[in-house]
Amino acid sequence: MTQGSNSENAIEIRGLVFRRGKRAILDGLDLTVPRGQIAAIMGPSGTGKTTLLRLITGQLQPDAGSIRVLGEEVPALDRHQLYALRRRMGMLFQNGALLTDLNVFENVAFPLRENTELPDELIRHIVLTKLHAVGLRGAALLEPSELSGGMGRRVALARAMVMDPELLLYDEPFSGLDPISRGVVLRLIRMTNDLLGLTSVVVSHDIEEVTSVADVVNVISEGKVIASGTPEVLENSDAEIVRQFMTGAPDGPVPFHYPAPDYREDLLG
Amino acid sequence: MNFLHTALEQLLGRLRKLGAVTLFFGEILVRCPAGLKRPRLVSAQIYASGVLSLVIIMVSGFFVGMVIGLQAYDSLSRLRQEDILGAGVALTLLKELGPVVTALLFAGRAGTSLASEIGLMGATEQLSAMEIMAVDPLQRVVVPRFLGGAIAVPLLAAVFSAIGILGAYFIGVVVMGVDGGEFWSQMQEYVDPEDIWEGVWKSVVFGIAASLIAVYEGYHAPPTAEGVGMATTRTVVTTSIIVLILDYLITAFLL
Repeated sequence: MTQGSNSENAIEIRGLVFRRGKRAILDGLDLTVPRGQIAAIMGPSGTGKTTLLRLITGQLQPDAGSIRVLGEEVPALDRHQLYALRRRMGMLFQNGALLTDLNVFENVAFPLRENTELPDELIRHIVLTKLHAVGLRGAALLEPSELSGGMGRRVALARAMVMDPELLLYDEPFSGLDPISRGVVLRLIRMTNDLLGLTSVVVSHDIEEVTSVADVVNVISEGKVIASGTPEVLENSDAEIVRQFMTGAPDGPVPFHYPAPDYREDLLG
Repeated sequence: MNFLHTALEQLLGRLRKLGAVTLFFGEILVRCPAGLKRPRLVSAQIYASGVLSLVIIMVSGFFVGMVIGLQAYDSLSRLRQEDILGAGVALTLLKELGPVVTALLFAGRAGTSLASEIGLMGATEQLSAMEIMAVDPLQRVVVPRFLGGAIAVPLLAAVFSAIGILGAYFIGVVVMGVDGGEFWSQMQEYVDPEDIWEGVWKSVVFGIAASLIAVYEGYHAPPTAEGVGMATTRTVVTTSIIVLILDYLITAFLL
């Protein structure tokens, strides 16, 4: 075990600033995710949720602030240390991001083949176990193009947990799925978190799904966490912006209109 | 003034890109030794870039050889020098047309598919997913494809030249009635090992350039349909120009 991995929080972010050009996407963001919990990160589109995930995985460098993940200060790691840290985490991409030139079995086996020297027989054993856990052992020999959206997401989940990570990141795990697949993914998130004793971070704006699975919900707006608490606490929140988001109201603190010059002036010139 | 400004800015942009490609080349070279330790990945790419290009290379080689044979026969017969047909054709193919046309065909057949494949892997987050799985996409995806292409081009150029010579033999000897013994013996007489080496060096350099441009364009393609399309186009255009420029430089240097 690496030094610091016994600290109580899987993720500790302090004063995180990230800019694209002159625009600050994240502006002094603080976030804590305790070990063993499912933490949801919610917020309107374009608030930098996916950017935040990329900062946690070290694919982007912050402009300021501290990001501690599993006890390691991510921005300070070199490539070698970063890869060592990434072997301890898994990520489920929005569209699955399966490797299209490998079949389902090889996709799940990929991290093992690349990162370990395990014998083929053991790899087969592990891969089939993980595929069985997501209910797709029978689909092992299918190509990614033969899978439905929900099945692809489940294969990607099996792949994300094949290295037995301590931390699993989900980027929009429910988007574009039918209700049954949503239910399946939901159950899998809860199950993997509890059975494998890992920490999960779910980035999503599907309120219903997220509130039913998350232990803690963090709402991001304008580059900061503006509300944080259990789903019940947030549902009863007085803050206008939290209410707008939780009820899905089209207009409110998050305006319906993108900033524009005066309508009348714009039309009449 | 405005025109000058734009021209300078464009020049600066080109230079910046040249610098970026050079740095990228460095990153690939650093990873090549480790890449060679996984020969299965490289051989799969030699198959995809090389073996699957064989048909187009052989057909083109045969027809180019026939055309050169025909043209050379026409010119030489006016001087009553048909006997040196074999030597003339072989020198043209080995030193120039073999490496150059092979590199251009490679850019069209294999370079485009390398660029679009890598570009699409980027657009569908496959490269990103590899990074998260602690797998270096440069090492796992780019280096084997670069090596496969760089190894395939010299081999394809050799096939192209050999088939081209057979094409010229067919036209010159079988159709036009040049003496077969003269065809081969004059070739043996006038083609020196240095001539062959010139072609080999060229094809090695072109192979590296064509593969590098393809993987660079693919890896840096914007993650959109349009971006991948543009990267594919740029691969062919840039490779064609660079190969012709390099061809002149190498020829001037070696002669």
